[in-house]
Amino acid sequence: MTLDRYALLSRSQVRLPNLWDVAAFVLVLGVFVLMSYGSRGMTTPLSAAQATGVSLDYQYLPYYGLRTTLRMFAAICVSLVFTFTYATLAAKSRRAEMALIPILDVLQSVPILGFLSFTVTFFLRLFPGSTLGAECAAIFVIFTSQAWNMAFSFYQSLRGVPRDLEEVAANFGLTPWQKFWQLETPFAMPGLIWNMMMSMSGGWFFVVASEAIAVGDVNIRLPGIGSYLALAIDERRIDCVAAAVVAVALIILAYDQLLFRPIVAFAEKFRVELTASQTPAESWVRDLFLRTRWLRRSMRPLTRLLSWVALLPMRLPPSRGPAGEPDPHRRALFDFVWYVILITAFCVSLGLTLDFLHRSIDAAEVRHVALLTFYTFLRVSALIALTTLIWVPIGVWIGLRPRVAEKVQPLAQFLAAFPANVLFPVAVIGILHFHLNPNIWLSVLIVFGTQWYIAFNVIAGANAFPNDLREAAQNFRVKGWDWWKSVILPAIFPYYVTGAITASGGSWNASIVAEYVKWGDDRVTAEGIGSYIAQATDVGDYPKIVLGVAAMSIVVILVNRLFWRRLSVFAETRLRLL
Amino acid sequence: MNDAKAPPLLVIDDVSQNYGRGSEKGSTVLDHVSLTLNAGEIVGLLGRSGCGKSSLLRIVSGLNRPSGGEVRYQGEKVTGPVDGVAMVFQSFALFPWLTVLANVELGLRAKGAPREEARKSALQAIDIIGLDGFENAYPKEISGGMRQRVGFARALVVSPSLLLMDEPFSALDVLTAETLRTDLLDLWVEGRMPIKSILMVTHNIEEAVLMCDRIIVLSSNPGRIAAEIGVSMQHPRNRLDPEFRQLVDRIYALMTRRAELATAGPGAFPGLGLGMALPTVSTNTLAGMIEEVAAEPYSGKADLPALAESLQLEIDDLFPVAETLQLLRFAELAEGDIRLTLAGKRFAELGVDQRKKLFGDHLLAYVPLAQRIRRVLDERPSHHAPATRFREELEDYMSEEYAETTLKSVTTWGRYGEIFAYDEASQSFSLENPQ
Repeated sequence: MTLDRYALLSRSQVRLPNLWDVAAFVLVLGVFVLMSYGSRGMTTPLSAAQATGVSLDYQYLPYYGLRTTLRMFAAICVSLVFTFTYATLAAKSRRAEMALIPILDVLQSVPILGFLSFTVTFFLRLFPGSTLGAECAAIFVIFTSQAWNMAFSFYQSLRGVPRDLEEVAANFGLTPWQKFWQLETPFAMPGLIWNMMMSMSGGWFFVVASEAIAVGDVNIRLPGIGSYLALAIDERRIDCVAAAVVAVALIILAYDQLLFRPIVAFAEKFRVELTASQTPAESWVRDLFLRTRWLRRSMRPLTRLLSWVALLPMRLPPSRGPAGEPDPHRRALFDFVWYVILITAFCVSLGLTLDFLHRSIDAAEVRHVALLTFYTFLRVSALIALTTLIWVPIGVWIGLRPRVAEKVQPLAQFLAAFPANVLFPVAVIGILHFHLNPNIWLSVLIVFGTQWYIAFNVIAGANAFPNDLREAAQNFRVKGWDWWKSVILPAIFPYYVTGAITASGGSWNASIVAEYVKWGDDRVTAEGIGSYIAQATDVGDYPKIVLGVAAMSIVVILVNRLFWRRLSVFAETRLRLL
Repeated sequence: MNDAKAPPLLVIDDVSQNYGRGSEKGSTVLDHVSLTLNAGEIVGLLGRSGCGKSSLLRIVSGLNRPSGGEVRYQGEKVTGPVDGVAMVFQSFALFPWLTVLANVELGLRAKGAPREEARKSALQAIDIIGLDGFENAYPKEISGGMRQRVGFARALVVSPSLLLMDEPFSALDVLTAETLRTDLLDLWVEGRMPIKSILMVTHNIEEAVLMCDRIIVLSSNPGRIAAEIGVSMQHPRNRLDPEFRQLVDRIYALMTRRAELATAGPGAFPGLGLGMALPTVSTNTLAGMIEEVAAEPYSGKADLPALAESLQLEIDDLFPVAETLQLLRFAELAEGDIRLTLAGKRFAELGVDQRKKLFGDHLLAYVPLAQRIRRVLDERPSHHAPATRFREELEDYMSEEYAETTLKSVTTWGRYGEIFAYDEASQSFSLENPQ
């Protein structure tokens, strides 16, 4: 044993930095420089020229890209903080759970873009005269597009920690704080990171929409790719649109390579499966870091500090344990008080909303909105069905060919992350040029960005189709429609549902920007609740926005509850392999 | 410590545990169990699944609280996890994101031990338990046997006086389990561990006889102490030693005795009539067991320990099968033997369809729940009945969990015997068979 310890010692006696150190050090330094450079512009006064003035000159594009990237980064950090607090509270406290989880469920279904106008005015008033208000508003919009599913995943992981590991933690007397960092967070890590990636790719859509803020008479352009694009659209510069597309693509790639690949590769070890996975995630950035000497050494104080904090015996309020609360009568009393508070809060908000709407909205308007919502509902349903018909066969074909899938899968994921709204102007040009019916052709834009979710999930499903089942089907000569109906469709169905739920939610959101598209002074509109909200936002008509958003949210929630959730339960219980 | 007046290491005093809705009703898992553990002994809790042995272990460790009675560790009442009591888990329960070393260190670090000190103790424990060289491996990289060694090292490193083991070898293959048992016994006999006493849960009779100084046999439903057997053989014990074999046979006989007493009644399972909780046993296993006993060398009558060995079944698997056969009057159990009835012998000789017919007949004749379902289906004009109807009825007699397993078993058996059909999608029983 002494021998072994000696070996450990000599191994850690590191003398010289190696070549990898140099490379990694430059990389880290570069990131820091960029961050400080980009964040400097965030707090300038609104009146300063460079704060809101956006130039179409190509040379500014990298800087705009940097600003946009930082905004995304800030939003994901806020989302993480939100996840750690909100989801933890919901998982640890039964009473908080009663209110927090349904709220989260609703927030997931609310079209975020509809609320842009409210958050912008709120944040502008919070920081009068500074760009910080507008920055916060933009970050908040991105945050709302990212946080909910991350919080949900974290909450579900916290509730699903394996019982035996919980018992080990109790047996060794880990305090709730220690348990949170040693057991619960690591256990939740894979799910959280996957959802973070999904959130990130969803976020690009909103960053483009949230940088150029035009609500009523407020008109702010925060330096960023989104504003650059908005200006290019206003000035009808198709070459600038193309440049923006390239820039966004590059940023997404960089994010993937520099941030998510390393994190995913790192998170591999948190998987609670006791067999090594067959295709470990790889990342050249992580490999680079692992090969460095000095850099790793210099990180050691930090990791020690973190692990020291994680092991602090902090006493947090007791979570729900096996013992439960001591007195059932007191518990019932507290429950009652809590219910009263919840119900009061519900009634007050309902009253406030109705009062707000009542002043300027009449029954005819409500009927009109209902009809518009129905149009958009038809549009979204028809297009999800159409993309299903197109992508399921293609996805199956690709997924069953591992070599093709290997190449196509990253592309599909990339396309899902790519903000489709960047390309909308091109569609407008087409529609105007060929005098097409916007009610039909604008609809295509709704699923333009979201179809990829269906595509890559179906590919993943077909890819995971067990080889023995495939061989059995071949052996018994199952062919044609029988093969689709009894063999492959049931197998990919759970994957398809996952993708389709994301696609459907995203499509509703996209309708707000897709049903009302501008190119210079030309405006192309499709009739629907999306264009209703977008137009109301343009003129700053708040009651109409609230009404539109409420109508859309209700339909989205109903569709989710009555349709998607049932399908997903069916897929879980009946069609899961193994 | 050598003081004669020192309290025993552990006292389990009249402990009861109920589960279920409300405190008045619900199924009793442990029924007034009392036990004293002294320093220097290995005590085994032996019983079948559902006898509450794992619940008892969790109460002792402070993970659960008993509904009645109390546990005293070194004279102090146990109200939560106690310092000085460490546990080894059946599923190993290692943190997959920590290396072997970090897993072992965790308990010490959580208590605030300085980094260097924790490392030193952890390396020492790793050395004792034979894990050198694996310090930096992750649990998923090492074999099951090595994983459980980490489980032991992790428990030893906090210097416990009492080691609790929850079926620590049952997730391992036969050879690995045997190596681990011997290694642990060597450490115990040589006094190389800080432990004063071990309390282990097992359902493996031979394992209990091999390792324990005292074996507590628990009966199931509710869990009670059925017998206490002292084992005075010297370590290392030899499985082939006649004394060893005799003891194993005696415990088998003890564990079948209750079933024997119950032969006159409706069966070996807890509860009467409709309220009888049925185990999960597949019809293939039932048929396989009948065939095995009917064939040479047993020719209709088998010694259970021998049968268990030849079928490679542990008592947790063997007893439910044997007792189901007894319930269906295909076999009788007596003094550690199983003997086929006439019907059982006939079953062995029949073809597939006649077997199903015979099985269905016996099911209707001897399992009240099957009778009930069939009668309800016969009486209803639609010949349909939702499963919830029977589930709720069962829940008057037993916990939800047991109701679920019981209904599932009767469904499987009824489908095999073709006395009714069941549709999973609508969760309902019917008389029609799919075309």
